[in-house]
Amino acid sequence: MTAASLTGADVKTNVSLKRRLKRAERARQIKALALVLPLLLFLLFTFAGPIAGMLWHAVDDHEVRQVLPQTVAALAGWDGKDVPDEKAYAALASDIQAARAAGTIAIAAKRLNYAQNGFRTILTSTARNLKAMPEPGTARETLGKINPAWRDRATWTTIRDASGPVTSFYLLGALDLVRNADGAIVAAPPDQAIYRDVFGRTFLISLGVTVLCLVLGFPVAYLLATLPPGRSNLLMIFVLLPFWTSLLVRTCAWIVLLQSKGVVNDSLHWLGIIDEPLRLIYNRFGVCVAMTHVLLPFMILPLYSSMKAISPAYMRAAASLGASPITAFLRIYMPQTLPGIGAGSLLVFILALGYYITPALVGGAADQMISYFIALYTTETANWGLASALGAVLLLATVLLALVYGKLVQGQQVTGGMKN
Amino acid sequence: MEAGLVTPILVRFSGIQKTYDGEHLVVKHLDLDIKKGEFITLLGPSGSGKTTTLMMLAGFEVPTQGEIYLADRPIKNMPPHKRDIGMVFQNYALFPHLTIEENVAFPLSVRKTSKAETQERVKAALRMIKMETLAQRRPGQLSGGQQQRVALARALVFNPQLVLMDEPLGALDKRLREQMQLEIKQLHETMGITVVYVTHDQSEALTMSDRIAVFNDGIVQQIDRPDALYERPVNSFVANFVGENNVLSGTVETTDKDYCRVLLAAGGTVMARAVNVSGAGAATSLSVRPERVAIVPDGASSDGANRLPAKVQNTIYLGDHALAVLDVAGNTEFMVKLQPGAHDRLRSGESVFISFRPEDCLALDPV
Repeated sequence: MTAASLTGADVKTNVSLKRRLKRAERARQIKALALVLPLLLFLLFTFAGPIAGMLWHAVDDHEVRQVLPQTVAALAGWDGKDVPDEKAYAALASDIQAARAAGTIAIAAKRLNYAQNGFRTILTSTARNLKAMPEPGTARETLGKINPAWRDRATWTTIRDASGPVTSFYLLGALDLVRNADGAIVAAPPDQAIYRDVFGRTFLISLGVTVLCLVLGFPVAYLLATLPPGRSNLLMIFVLLPFWTSLLVRTCAWIVLLQSKGVVNDSLHWLGIIDEPLRLIYNRFGVCVAMTHVLLPFMILPLYSSMKAISPAYMRAAASLGASPITAFLRIYMPQTLPGIGAGSLLVFILALGYYITPALVGGAADQMISYFIALYTTETANWGLASALGAVLLLATVLLALVYGKLVQGQQVTGGMKN
Repeated sequence: MEAGLVTPILVRFSGIQKTYDGEHLVVKHLDLDIKKGEFITLLGPSGSGKTTTLMMLAGFEVPTQGEIYLADRPIKNMPPHKRDIGMVFQNYALFPHLTIEENVAFPLSVRKTSKAETQERVKAALRMIKMETLAQRRPGQLSGGQQQRVALARALVFNPQLVLMDEPLGALDKRLREQMQLEIKQLHETMGITVVYVTHDQSEALTMSDRIAVFNDGIVQQIDRPDALYERPVNSFVANFVGENNVLSGTVETTDKDYCRVLLAAGGTVMARAVNVSGAGAATSLSVRPERVAIVPDGASSDGANRLPAKVQNTIYLGDHALAVLDVAGNTEFMVKLQPGAHDRLRSGESVFISFRPEDCLALDPV
């Protein structure tokens, strides 16, 4: 076939060629999709679903709406400047009667009590003392007599703010903020403002653990990458060994080692270095040590893989060009490990942010991280809204970090080059 | 050589031995002088000790015994970064996180050269390799040939007293390799630098070198100019390693000054130059280059040339020339370079005679 006839055939089959290519590609894509589908479904049900649920719980506010529907409706047009009119009082009385009969008063009481301490008492005492529907026109008077709090504007704004269907109450709470009676966002009272502190502590501990892991892991990874294969495999087994034991066991081992009658204190005492046992556990030190131990492999492995990709020829080239070993390390080796440092640090930092068991076991009251509070609100006080809001804030911080890291890595890839 | 008397010695290997495992010597014994401004190639098969020799000179390996002198200073214990030797690596070893410009500036910046001078010299170096326009690229964005040019510029930019090249063209394709050979040769001539070049490619060595040191088995077999190496190999290894070569084995019958009569193992006698034979009765390998052999119609010799019967196996057409593969005295791969147009006159299985002069046939040590 000549070149000319080839071009002619090309033009003629061009359309069907494209279609055929598409068809061939489609079959491949469907096969690929079929391969990942089970995992995709699994993740959807166990990961995406629960996270969406959590995010919804952080803003969901249906309890008061469900238990006190008429009151919520009556308060919809209220300007909030003074106590609402008689209609709202009558609606509330009717709602309370109905809720009492249905036994749902506690649901609303719990939600309102989050917003205003003591609201539970107000609502339950009112429900108990409101024997019958007040005469038309006397609802305000009757309720005010049962509990003077009903004469207070703030009581009503609390109900209005909790009337849903969505609320910023929990999210603000997670950041130590509240809405005052006028709807403005203000700082929470000092005795309730703990979460910023806890978030700060969580980030600080995570950062400290990340730095410790990097400082301890870098030389190990370097050794792993430069040792001959036989010995590096052995060392790698030691690095991976912690993965083969349960997290709980490893954490408890630290308790055995670090407690006041533990191995470390006894040894130091026996050596005569100390008279009094050092306080090594149930404080920040213990948390950092135990978490560093648990998370160290997550730092070493990415570092190792980035170091393994660095050809020894680079260091030789640097030396032959006149760079001392230190200069060569700082200017040639280190920059090429940056992707590994970034990946390892991000991994350790994010894992540390969500750490629960280790700080719960070896930390003191002042070392509990955000996960502890999330667990507390989920399992003990069943304040799902606040637990979800704390989780959402943590998730947001983590996602932001991952995005920043992604940007950095992208930049690195452009600057990275051929690996020999 | 007369030139050696006036040209100062830059590098001297003196009694060098090197072993990695304490059992086998990779370099058995090395005495080698490299003159200033010389382009010397260390040629040999892999495992012959040529790269180890280069690494000892660069400072990445320490000799087990002996001393290396660079400009009359012993450098055995001097770390590589203080030796002032530029090096070009097989895989270029350009720093992937730095731009071309930064790569070339690296040796200057570690020497704390002033900014203005660095800029000027980097510019000149990039101009030399014709890559000014690619200064801001990263190594990963360049082709193999371009990367090798940058590696060259980086190794030359700080004016080292010596430049080492470790199979720098090994990763390039043939055409590019040949082009780079000429470029490197030209750089060597214009800059007057001393180059120690390692390769296992004998044609590369012949093309570029002032002198070639042929390594085998940890020993330098021969150090000579390329033409001398080809024309006057001192032993069978060199004869076989450098250029195409035909081998005929036999026994020395008589010797007479420079020449000897050799009885071939398959019968027949040949006159050969006695290069590396101990005397009458010794086994020998005869070496004849393919282009020094002619195919003749009859066995009668009139000019004192050796004539041997041969049988044509086949012919190989190579474009610029053709080869005839013959069966000569038991060697079934005896190559003869044919004149243009001669190859289609030979038929497989045809009986012919070959002719070569005694001075073109070397009696060397038995293979």
